[in-house]
Amino acid sequence: MDRYRDPLNRLPRWFVAAVAAPPLGFLLLFYVWPFATLAWRGLGVDAIVDTLDRADTWKVLWFTTWQASASTLLTLTLGLAPAWAVSRFSFAGRRAFLSALTAVFVLPTVVVGAAIVAVLPASLDHSVWAILGAHVVFNLAVVVRTVGAVWEQLPPELEEAAATLGAGPGRAFRSVTLPLLRPALAAAGAIIFLFTFTSFGVIRVLGTAGRSTIEVEVWRRATQLGDLGGAAVLALLQLAVLAALVTWSARAQRRHTHTIGLQGALPRRRPIGRQRWWVASSVGGALAVVMVPLLALVERSMRTDGSYSLAAWRSLGDDEIRPGLRLGVDPLGALRNSATTALWATLFAVVIGGLAVIAITALGRSGRLLDTGLMLPLGTSAVTIGFGMLITFDAPPVDWRASWWLVPVGHALVAVPFVVRAALGVGRSIDPDLRAAAATLGAPPIRAWATTTLPFLRRPLATGAGLAAAISLGEFGATSFLSRSGSETLPIAIERLLGRTGRLFQAQAFALSAILAAATMTIVMLVDAGAAFERREDHARRP
Amino acid sequence: MIRRTISAVVISALALAACADDSATSDEPDTITLVAYDSFPAADPENPIYLALAEFTADTGIGVDILISGDPGTMLSKATLTAGNPEGDVMWGVDNTYLSRAVDAQVFDPYLATGASELPDEFTELVPNGEATPVDFGDVCVNYDIAALAAAGIEPPTSLADLALPEYAGQLVVENPATESTGLAFLLATIAEFGDDGWEAYWTALRANDVEIVDSWTQAYYESFSWSGGSRPLVVSYGSSPPFEMLYATEPLEAPPTAVVESTCFRQVEFAGVLRGTDAPKAARQLVDFLITERFQREVPLNLFVFPVNPNVELADEFVRYATIPDRPLSLDPAAIDAGRSDWIDRWTDIAIR
Repeated sequence: MDRYRDPLNRLPRWFVAAVAAPPLGFLLLFYVWPFATLAWRGLGVDAIVDTLDRADTWKVLWFTTWQASASTLLTLTLGLAPAWAVSRFSFAGRRAFLSALTAVFVLPTVVVGAAIVAVLPASLDHSVWAILGAHVVFNLAVVVRTVGAVWEQLPPELEEAAATLGAGPGRAFRSVTLPLLRPALAAAGAIIFLFTFTSFGVIRVLGTAGRSTIEVEVWRRATQLGDLGGAAVLALLQLAVLAALVTWSARAQRRHTHTIGLQGALPRRRPIGRQRWWVASSVGGALAVVMVPLLALVERSMRTDGSYSLAAWRSLGDDEIRPGLRLGVDPLGALRNSATTALWATLFAVVIGGLAVIAITALGRSGRLLDTGLMLPLGTSAVTIGFGMLITFDAPPVDWRASWWLVPVGHALVAVPFVVRAALGVGRSIDPDLRAAAATLGAPPIRAWATTTLPFLRRPLATGAGLAAAISLGEFGATSFLSRSGSETLPIAIERLLGRTGRLFQAQAFALSAILAAATMTIVMLVDAGAAFERREDHARRP
Repeated sequence: MIRRTISAVVISALALAACADDSATSDEPDTITLVAYDSFPAADPENPIYLALAEFTADTGIGVDILISGDPGTMLSKATLTAGNPEGDVMWGVDNTYLSRAVDAQVFDPYLATGASELPDEFTELVPNGEATPVDFGDVCVNYDIAALAAAGIEPPTSLADLALPEYAGQLVVENPATESTGLAFLLATIAEFGDDGWEAYWTALRANDVEIVDSWTQAYYESFSWSGGSRPLVVSYGSSPPFEMLYATEPLEAPPTAVVESTCFRQVEFAGVLRGTDAPKAARQLVDFLITERFQREVPLNLFVFPVNPNVELADEFVRYATIPDRPLSLDPAAIDAGRSDWIDRWTDIAIR
């Protein structure tokens, strides 16, 4: 990593330390400390021996691993074509397509699970295919956005050069584009593996006994059996597997990082000739995969016995559905609460994540540690973080368990790695020559760094902000284990509605899910539109 | 906004109470927190539950905040972790399958509400030492889809034993007792019915009869149950499910589409208690007293989906006509449940899943 140590563009120590401190402090305070407190309370020799001695533990670990591997490979394969289409071409509805993908990514897992059941033939309902299918639907956005963000900045001249030298499109892709995409693919693959390895909602809805993940098992031990020790051991086991994976993936990303002349985002072309067919089929295919469950939500929100009705939608704003009969759920309040929470969570995540990216690229070896550390919350069982916060922040001066901001902080904990992933690839690929050139021209290191690095980070950070907002809207992990007063968030309201007898509850749950999807799409579209606007400005300003 | 409205209600109630008799002592906080599970209604000043609590505030000068803690298992686990330094002052809704765990972990300061002597013995004898106060009950029973069974020309089953008969092969869906409380209640029902030496054979027979096992009630009721579009006309759900199908139908119904097999019902009783470590023990006790009064109990069925323990409360017409409340439901001693739970679930898993 010599290029980070180049004396010409090394940033002053105090500056790097100041930038690294907030993300590091955030991680230690809100993740390491609570998790360690809980593990300390639960762990003991007996718990370890008991858990490792149970045949069940190994069965669960095996199922968790293989379904996650299969889901990851499937999603990467299916996501490549649409990633190519959105990064290279401009076409009508491109932004809406990206937003639709992202919206699905953040839908509450219980709801997508139910939607998958609605569209799958009954014979597949409780098969492992339902689980894999749901995982693909969820994570397609990760491939398209992560890989697409890098793909659109690869100079097409490289492929054109290969073509000039006589390589066909397949060969040019394999020998030129794929190696350059490998860091992004490794990043996307790592995120998807993390997500599917720790799958909770999907398994709760589509799993059957015997098809359980470690995450579900930790939840079961901690909450239903009150076996904190067993839960802690399993949580650590899960974390160990994922920490190994994250370390490997970070190394793979670095090894394959090439310094190339990134061009900022390149203007996209309209597809011509046969390209049109390829673009249409890859976008159409992906769209079908994600839209079918979304449409199923709307359909189910209106389905009554054999016919359709808008009763669920009509009663959304009104808690009293018939005289004396109340839902006990406030859908609009939940929507408001979700929006406020998402706003704060995004703010926290972008500030912490942005500083982290700068620190990681500037720090070299210890930067890698910070990078891996920030990923860990994703691999940690949500219930252990939630319970950990409960028993850590329970006395002055950190008597925070009832604070309103603990929920957005919890969301940010999950969103920061996405902000980092979105921006780090670009941050690392920035040509150090640029910085060296700026330094040679007499710019002091901070200024050289600010003028050469920051402009490239703006766009990936905007992408990260979109993802963070979306993640916060759909979050149903650690923070659902924090106690709450006042209004609940949308995913929790949906889960509650689905847990009751009565058609109206079910229909309303699906109506709310449709609203959540629409809200997410809107947010993601706005973020994307803002980023696109900024990019045009940039182009206009540059000579 | 909602928070502010609630505060406004509380403050005006406090102002009222200031002129009235104030039984809370001055060294205790004015407002206490009631910890509840997630089927408790969301904060809404017009909700009957909250109106009832506002009356309590007006009468006593004690404000009540609600803290929603998660599903019942999660709520108890959190209370266990924070025992002695609780998140609130009173907790609503620990059921008889969890009660003895709560007692062992010293979650509660033992307290039996003033007025508990009026409650039926069936409930109070579960807490012989006044460990906590019974506040509501419900049953977990096999439900059936009336139309689907009629269309298939099958008579509804009348007992647990019937479910293992060939005519009910492939008809029943149940929840995994390891992951869902209704599944656990149904397992306990079979243990109560067939005894410690008979329930395993019964489950072997059920499995041979192609029982479907899913992880959650939502999956069983909304995906597999034929009334919701699935293929199985028999499902483990609640004794109160049929009237709720009526009450919360999207379009008005003439009669419930589902019914309950009464002899399969397992009783769940829920308790409220004063959380150990509260800084307002007197106010907390007053709130527990209030929770079993007629004023509060009459709001329980429609808003918490369980039945009142207070025998003086009259049930709404839909419940009188359509709810099944068996006189002699299946039940087990709370201590036996807690002692056996983990082992029973492991043995059940060996039989039903491997």
